[in-house]
Amino acid sequence: MVLEIKEENSIVKSIHTAIKPSTDAAKTVVYDTRNLNLWYGDHHGLKDINLSIYENEVTAIIGPSGCGKSTYLKTLNRMVELVPSVRTSGEIVYRERNILDKSYTVEELRTRVGMVFQKPNPFPKSIYDNIAYGPRIHGIKNKKILDEIVEKSLRGAAIWDEVKDRLNQNAYGLSGGQQQRICMARCLAIEPDVILMDEPTSALDPISTLKVEELVQELKKDYSIIIVTHNMQQAARISDRTAFFLHGEVVEYDKTDVIFQTPADQRTEDYISGRFG
Amino acid sequence: MVVRERFEQELKEVQEQFIEIANSSINALKIAFEALLNQDLEASLKILEDDIIINRLEEEINDHIILMIAKQQPVATDLRRLMVLVKAASDMERVGDYAVNIAKETIRIGKEPLVFPTSNLQTMCNKTVEMLESIIKAFTEEDTVHAKEIAELDDYVDDLYGATITLLMRAGAENPAHISQITHLTFVCRYLERSADHATNIAEHLFYLVKGKHYELNN
Amino acid sequence: MRYIDDTVVMKRMTKRIIFNKVWKFFFFLATTFALVTLAILLYRIVTQGVDYLSIDFLTNFASRFADKAGIKAALIGSLWLMAVVAPVSIIIGVGTAIYLEEYAKKNRLNDFIRMNISNLAGVPSIVFGLLGLTIFVRMLGLGKSVLAAGLTMSLLILPVIIVAAQEAIRAVPNEQREASYGMGATKWQTILHVVLPAAIPGILTGSILAMSRAIGETAPLVVIGIPVILQFLPNGLLSQFTALPMQIYDWAKRPQEAFQYVAAAGILVLMTVLLLMNSIAIFIRNKFQKRY
Repeated sequence: MVLEIKEENSIVKSIHTAIKPSTDAAKTVVYDTRNLNLWYGDHHGLKDINLSIYENEVTAIIGPSGCGKSTYLKTLNRMVELVPSVRTSGEIVYRERNILDKSYTVEELRTRVGMVFQKPNPFPKSIYDNIAYGPRIHGIKNKKILDEIVEKSLRGAAIWDEVKDRLNQNAYGLSGGQQQRICMARCLAIEPDVILMDEPTSALDPISTLKVEELVQELKKDYSIIIVTHNMQQAARISDRTAFFLHGEVVEYDKTDVIFQTPADQRTEDYISGRFG
Repeated sequence: MVVRERFEQELKEVQEQFIEIANSSINALKIAFEALLNQDLEASLKILEDDIIINRLEEEINDHIILMIAKQQPVATDLRRLMVLVKAASDMERVGDYAVNIAKETIRIGKEPLVFPTSNLQTMCNKTVEMLESIIKAFTEEDTVHAKEIAELDDYVDDLYGATITLLMRAGAENPAHISQITHLTFVCRYLERSADHATNIAEHLFYLVKGKHYELNN
Repeated sequence: MRYIDDTVVMKRMTKRIIFNKVWKFFFFLATTFALVTLAILLYRIVTQGVDYLSIDFLTNFASRFADKAGIKAALIGSLWLMAVVAPVSIIIGVGTAIYLEEYAKKNRLNDFIRMNISNLAGVPSIVFGLLGLTIFVRMLGLGKSVLAAGLTMSLLILPVIIVAAQEAIRAVPNEQREASYGMGATKWQTILHVVLPAAIPGILTGSILAMSRAIGETAPLVVIGIPVILQFLPNGLLSQFTALPMQIYDWAKRPQEAFQYVAAAGILVLMTVLLLMNSIAIFIRNKFQKRY
């Protein structure tokens, strides 16, 4: 590269850059967030969020505690509405429809967008019943079909071999890492397009964490995955794109390679270098 | 509360180690050239002995940085800072090796009096030492402006190298009896020019650290 | 500088350990007192009543003669009564609890309602008797029937069941509900398939306790006017009946010493019924817990 230096002496960083809308014309946008604002009562939790999530990618959302990343994730499947004092404005367009519109029922949205939570939360039922829960509530009663769905989902979550001989045992008898994969299988059973993950490995040991991460890499071939994580190395390891949230705003959103090598915003650099948060 | 105090402390230690190896190498270069002018065989031998210290310093810096990367997981600028330290230490170790090479040439020339005027070589050595000393300063201060200026001196050294080689060739043709000595001096010339190149390398490393992109300064 | 001085700590250590032992002894004493009292009561009843327990006792109606007295009418009557109380109180009670915990908003009005329901549990049973007399017996014209008494008893134990069911429902971790909603289940589906199954053990425990109370309550039955002596079995919800507590009360009141023993036998029957009810509930609870 030809030399083109301006007379600067220090690392060039802008403090308040507009977010480079990392647009990739070739890829399909699965979630388009436009001017999203969210209030918890009087507290302005999310401020003017504009973000495009792409299909078949793993998008990581990082940021310090209280920055709004979990809130944003829960807005994507409207789980945030379980909190009574929540108000939103703006739109989130999923498959050409605004999901925040009243006419779009949450039940419909959540059959397309699945969620895996921080603490593994299988039902105190058998493994089979856990996985079959989703299909059953959507009306599938045929045992043969349910059997197939259960096997397909457990295979998809890379846990079929470990549990195929004890499908009727209570899910609580499994280890934490296995329970989390059961929760992922449960999520896969409703055949969503998008899987939201809220710090899915923060309660797991390192080996289970790695298994879940491998699973995420496999799953992204067929699903779009959005993962909130406190663990920056994890975000760097498994995601294609990373969004950095701070105080309810998106400070920077770009390909993970860029964020972790040459972030545009000084705040991003400080956060990923562990200098705050 | 200093954030990442441990990391900052270890970084400081490594940077000090780097300054140590840099100073040792530049010193070795100066002494080796001085020994050449004075045909001081004893000093030259000392250079050969002391090279082991420089090699060990480079190994220590390498080990230290690998450990830091494993334990501290630096990213972005922090990581680049450590990586360029590894590379710059390697550059300085090579300079130390060139000092050894010059000392060997001095030993090979032996007691035979020097027939070739050494003013060009002297200038080359001065400029090279100047480049090295300045780039080390710019590197530790992360000063890209001065780094750029220093890199541009390399052209001057290259021109001087070309001119000196030409003179040496002519002297060799005119004084075939002393062809051995002239060959040795040619090598010394080369070693000085390579040392100057390493100074430019270090400038490029600094640019990589600061800008996050690769720049060619050696054209 | 250390603030905690080791020598001072060691000096006090013996006193603290002794205090620990003293309190443990007191608690043990309290438990023993309760157990001993219970044991004495049981012993008396069993020794007094066991002689009079026989098939005849179970199949005879009441009589003026102690050795011919039977508990059949009262036993069957109480069973009819429970057959009304159980479904009514459980369905209404659990339904209320579900509404209060899952649907009602957390505002002042609902807090007020919740508080009052708990307070109702402390209202004397005779008040419920008067309520039942006025509304069920007289206003609705049901007379002194199984239905009227059953409805009255249901009201009596309703607050207990509601509170127990509320606690059980509240104890279901929210993460379970979130998991269900996350898959697109409606609120009702979540309640039916996730919340209730997990809450059943707690609900059943509360219900057992409540019904144990109902089977033994006498005051409301007295106020409603349930007869003591009845020579026939109930033949429908609107027919008259008598109940175990009433019968036992009547026998205990009689001057003849023999009837004391008969009363004791009656108590034994009552306790057996209670034990059976408890066992059924525990059985159901275990089935649910094992399945899940």
